[in-house]
Amino acid sequence: MSDRIDAAFADGPAFVPYLAAGDPTYEASLEYVEALDRGGADVIELGLPFSEPIAEGPTIQEAVIRALEGGMTPERFFEFVEDLEVEAPLVCMTYYNLIYQFGEERGPRSFVERAAEVGLEGFVVPDLPAEEADPLREACDEFGLDLIFIVAPTTHGERLERMRERVSGYVYVQARLGTTGAREDVSDQTGTSLERLANWDVPKAVGFGIKTGEHAERIVAAGADGIIVGSALVDIVAEGHETGKSTAETAARLEVRARELAEGATRGANPENVPQPEQP
Amino acid sequence: MTELETSDDGTERTPSAHETETEHEGDDRSLEDGSFGRFGGQYVPEALMPALEELEDAYRRYVLENEDGFMDEFRQRLRDFGGRPTPLQRADRLSERYDRDVYLKREDLVHGGAHKLNNALGQVLLAKYMGKERIIAETGAGQHGTATAMAAAHLDMPCEIYMGRTDVNRQRPNVFRMRINGAEVNPVDAGRGTLKEAISETMRDWSQTVEDTHYVIGSVVGPHPFPAMVRDFQSVISEEAREQCLEQIGSLPDSVLACAGGGSNTMGAFHHFTADESVSLYAVEAGGSSLEVDEDAGVAPNSATLSTGTEGVLHGARTHLLQDSHGQIMESHSVSAGLDYAGVGPELAHLVKTGRVTPVTVDDTAALEAFHCLSTEEGIIPALETAHAFGFLHEAAGRDDADEVLGDSVVVTVSGRGDKDLETVIEETEKRGLEAAPDLSVFASEGGLR
Repeated sequence: MSDRIDAAFADGPAFVPYLAAGDPTYEASLEYVEALDRGGADVIELGLPFSEPIAEGPTIQEAVIRALEGGMTPERFFEFVEDLEVEAPLVCMTYYNLIYQFGEERGPRSFVERAAEVGLEGFVVPDLPAEEADPLREACDEFGLDLIFIVAPTTHGERLERMRERVSGYVYVQARLGTTGAREDVSDQTGTSLERLANWDVPKAVGFGIKTGEHAERIVAAGADGIIVGSALVDIVAEGHETGKSTAETAARLEVRARELAEGATRGANPENVPQPEQP
Repeated sequence: MTELETSDDGTERTPSAHETETEHEGDDRSLEDGSFGRFGGQYVPEALMPALEELEDAYRRYVLENEDGFMDEFRQRLRDFGGRPTPLQRADRLSERYDRDVYLKREDLVHGGAHKLNNALGQVLLAKYMGKERIIAETGAGQHGTATAMAAAHLDMPCEIYMGRTDVNRQRPNVFRMRINGAEVNPVDAGRGTLKEAISETMRDWSQTVEDTHYVIGSVVGPHPFPAMVRDFQSVISEEAREQCLEQIGSLPDSVLACAGGGSNTMGAFHHFTADESVSLYAVEAGGSSLEVDEDAGVAPNSATLSTGTEGVLHGARTHLLQDSHGQIMESHSVSAGLDYAGVGPELAHLVKTGRVTPVTVDDTAALEAFHCLSTEEGIIPALETAHAFGFLHEAAGRDDADEVLGDSVVVTVSGRGDKDLETVIEETEKRGLEAAPDLSVFASEGGLR
């Protein structure tokens, strides 16, 4: 399994940002991902755009469309990873059909082999539940990559165990039902979800709806080992694209927001900041 | 124009290197876990998995084991509300024209005007048995949306329907019917605004509302248990047709023809015949304007998933798809909105792979010609989906090997009636200058029926 991901979670809470690779252009996207790295990303989830992103809300759907229109393909994605100059380990987030179709023979092995070649450390595949994941799990084992599962608020019982047996790297804790998307408040469900995973031996990173440093602080204070932020960052890319901002300006805004989120997470890990129960 | 997928000697074409399978994916699984050979499965966001488990449990108990008399109630409602059984009608002029006995399984006479009610009624009733409080569904041509809206009104359940913007515009009568039955219709603007986008959007809704909402999938597609469950609800078509053949003609038919988009009409029409090896089964797909594909444009000018697609994973199942070499899903095309889908049911993909079902294609123009033929010669205005099946009948009957392909007796399912398609038919007939059609120019010049 990936030592680099283990290391990313070893020193305090991890800030895990997401961007769709190639959104809105290949070149700009490289700069945006590098800005997140400078802003304190501990792991970066890079989206490989799929035409039918059924787990995503409108923000990321539109990012995916922009990236696809810009010519992003799986092979181009691997070149993108090679061209990036970042310190944080990279995880590929994509849908199973792209993994399945890659290479001459159907099945996940060719994709995983190529991912390992370019230095990716793992995968998040939103439409691949544990029940269907064994072929990808085996390929990940062969090449030493992590397979990160998403635990939903609805996941219980045997299904939790099935995921626990197959997960590596970290577990992605979905803070609320629904699709991705920044929200104005964090979900109360987070604490309950984390409690169910308390004895898992992988770090727990919470995602879905985290937008601000204050959200990050509260999520970490509730027990998360990391925070995953996608839509709030993709919004900055979208706004820059729509309002004709320069790539440098949008990159600077991303870096500032990344720092705010990373610092929020760090504050949340500080015991003084953990909310105390009310005294009677 | 139609094309048989199998070669002349009946052997399957050799798969390309890209189509070969690695290792054991899916091959060692059984029908029990929702796989049909290598096809099927449950490829959905984690949040939906518990809902699928709950649905699978309900499917086994209520549908397969008739717990609480579910199937008895379903059949009674199919009869009293739905108007079943539908007739198996001998089409005299077509029989004469094609020199063989042509029988029509009249699903256009089901309440709502299409076979879609069989499934919608089954699923809405099941949702009720499961204690769900809200129904959502997607629709392409609007027939499934209409059937779901009707079933939901009948069973007093609130209902929302997702429909691609393009389909909203080309299927207005069904949009009106859904609204009149009290359903909300949510247009989907993503992509090309057809069924594929509507399904994705409905899955998004479901992943937020899964605890109190049932998603009535409209075809034998999606994650397990939907393909098996929808097939079971639709299999009443072949159950009746098989009995009617034995009663009315004293034997099984030589061939059964059914149009195939997602495949619910097809699986419904074939299910009780699959064990009858003497019966040839033809899944008639939309050949659109061409079987060629412009991969750079991301567009397939057809919806012939079984005939031209490749294996992949979409909307919860491993099946045949129209996709580019990277695995991105292509936009599909058919003059018939109900066939315009880039995927197909996994069981149908399996039956094609094992050689039990033969996929064939009929292009837009041939389907329109068949539409007019059935309308003027038999007094039945078929859905454009259905017209594809008649397009194949016409083409195959004209071939040298017609007797071998079709045999002496043919059953064609009239999957639905064509009222919803009239605007499209007028526009497309005028555009193509079809000689066999009545003069529709006065309507066309007035902008269709608007």
